[in-house]
Amino acid sequence: MSTIHVPTMAEMMAQGQTPDILFWVGCSGSFDDRAKKITKALVRILNECKVNFAVLGAEESCTGDPAKRAGNEFTFQMQAMMNIQVLNGYEIKKIVTACPHCFNTLKNEYPELGGKYEVIHHTQLIQELINSGKLSLKGGGVFKGKKITFHDPCYLGRANDVYEAPRILIEKLDAELVEMKRCKSNGLCCGAGGAQMFKEAEKGNKEVNVERTEDALETQASIIATGCPFCNTMMTDGVKNFNKENEIQVLDVAELIANAAEL
Amino acid sequence: MIAAIIFSVLLIVGFGWFGVNILKIRSNILMGRDTDRKDKPGERWKTMALVALGQKKMFKRPIPAILHLGIYVAFVITQVELIEIIYDGISGSHRAFMASLGGFYTLVISIIEVLSVAALIATIAFLSRRNILKLARFQKPEMKGFPTFDANLILVMELILVCCIFTMNGADEALYLRGASHAAHEAGTFGFAISSWVGPHIFGGMSTETLLVLERIGWWGHWFMVLAFLNYLPYSKHFHILLAFPNTYYSNLEKKGKFTNMEAVTNEVKLMLDPTADPFAAPAPEGAPQRFGAKDITDLTWKNLMDSYTCTECGRCTASCPANITGKKLSPRKIMMDTRDRMVELADGKRKNGKDYEDGKSLLFDYISEEEVWACTSCNACVEACPVNIDPLAIIVDLRRYLVMEESKMPTELTGMLTNIENNGAPWQFSPADRGNWIHED
Repeated sequence: MSTIHVPTMAEMMAQGQTPDILFWVGCSGSFDDRAKKITKALVRILNECKVNFAVLGAEESCTGDPAKRAGNEFTFQMQAMMNIQVLNGYEIKKIVTACPHCFNTLKNEYPELGGKYEVIHHTQLIQELINSGKLSLKGGGVFKGKKITFHDPCYLGRANDVYEAPRILIEKLDAELVEMKRCKSNGLCCGAGGAQMFKEAEKGNKEVNVERTEDALETQASIIATGCPFCNTMMTDGVKNFNKENEIQVLDVAELIANAAEL
Repeated sequence: MIAAIIFSVLLIVGFGWFGVNILKIRSNILMGRDTDRKDKPGERWKTMALVALGQKKMFKRPIPAILHLGIYVAFVITQVELIEIIYDGISGSHRAFMASLGGFYTLVISIIEVLSVAALIATIAFLSRRNILKLARFQKPEMKGFPTFDANLILVMELILVCCIFTMNGADEALYLRGASHAAHEAGTFGFAISSWVGPHIFGGMSTETLLVLERIGWWGHWFMVLAFLNYLPYSKHFHILLAFPNTYYSNLEKKGKFTNMEAVTNEVKLMLDPTADPFAAPAPEGAPQRFGAKDITDLTWKNLMDSYTCTECGRCTASCPANITGKKLSPRKIMMDTRDRMVELADGKRKNGKDYEDGKSLLFDYISEEEVWACTSCNACVEACPVNIDPLAIIVDLRRYLVMEESKMPTELTGMLTNIENNGAPWQFSPADRGNWIHED
């Protein structure tokens, strides 16, 4: 595995350079050990395609999404205003992120507060890179012929109507894309959204991620693909709940592509 | 003559009372805060045409969609016949449009009859689904009592209406066959699609006197059912047949993931972040300070309130809600029903006791519990599932905002998460300086 090259905005600025796109890593992608692997898979793809990108590093801060969904508009807007100051200060025009929550907040909720950027999800960027010939896959590699199911993140799918980009990428792997009975606009939440990730669930008879994992198990897929670090955590826990962690992998679409491209 | 007077009095009282109730509902809805839903009229008309008129979202489930379409189209087309009923009723004529419209009249009534059969089948199917098959989404706790009675009553009224139509047309056909119909002087047939069969086969053996009475029972029954239906609507979940249209017109056209940014908060945050701002120089806000979020229905927008009146309690939202599916107390349908019931309660109280009347109750706490509010994953499944573009999530979020910003009431883990964001710029307790560490880790 080659070493990764990740310039920060501050470094680029010091050298008088401007990136074409900012990679918004997000809290999960920066701090969560599992999600960091997704972050690095995306960086490897960006490096391979020689994308002129940068990250904010220590200057990045939570978008405020969990605060807003939890009902704390003050904390959200404080975060948003501070982030917008940083982003506008660097004259950022385009942002890519691997987290649908950051994606939704930056894309839909920042503009009214003065932060207007073109924001894309990493699956959309990877699709662009493949379409433009910058990234080529020599077949699906280890994933060839495998059954893969895609779990739609709520904040990518229903919230922003992005259903196709991740599916097109999975099909590039020569794998068999199998749909769960509840998919696309009818997809079932993993249970993490709306700040649920950070609290115990209310009293009920089941955990949401267990219910969702059952949908995935029903498809007989050997890989559950996601496009969200929180869905990834929830589905991984769900698979463990059924003691299937040796048979079923939970992987981000970026990891699938990076692996298939042998990056 | 007496019949025409009775008819006209019923017409005026029936439609007048309906009008009074419509105005009442309008003023109830306008108890909500203002929100701008007048932009992009082209897109709004299109949404209404597709979702309300075209029933686009119903067709996610084809079988109930086709049954529902049967009732819907039958209902709309039957209103054409109402024009003749009103004309006949006032003037004392019998089938006044038959002679002048000729074959077209036969066609229109035949279409009404065929659709009425479709509606009859659909109504029986719907009654069976609710009462024999006991579909899970109709058996939830919020459906106990009046909501279940209401749903069945509407279906039974539709059954009676269809029976009246065939009693009227069938008896008249049997009369016509023996030359005794008021519609014509000699013997003949109307040639209507269904009553050509119903007439001779069901009513053929009856005496002319009986048939004349039955025909009138069918005709007056039809008229009574129309008035009863019309005046029951404002008290029923069935009001969706009217409000579906404005409600879809005023749909949220933004991406579902976009939550509103609270302007009052923006102003405060800007003051806090601006080093040159003098907080004492800021002009005092006009009027009473607005509450953050929603505690009661007057804190919600008129669109939230219109949503609640539009809800027909089908429960597709609840059936798709991850919290409800996994046994939590939250049911998006209950959120809508509670909002409507609380609005009506407060509005009636204010009408009785003056506009400053407060009853000490509120939507949050008295109707909707904190447990329900916190069980939501904000996944938008309920919003997606609703065939008439109702948004239960918007209400849930506003209730959360009130709990957090006005009362600091939230699950303890969330307090910690919010503190972390404020102090560390992440929902977990990591140092912001370490955010870029992953770059150099193996």
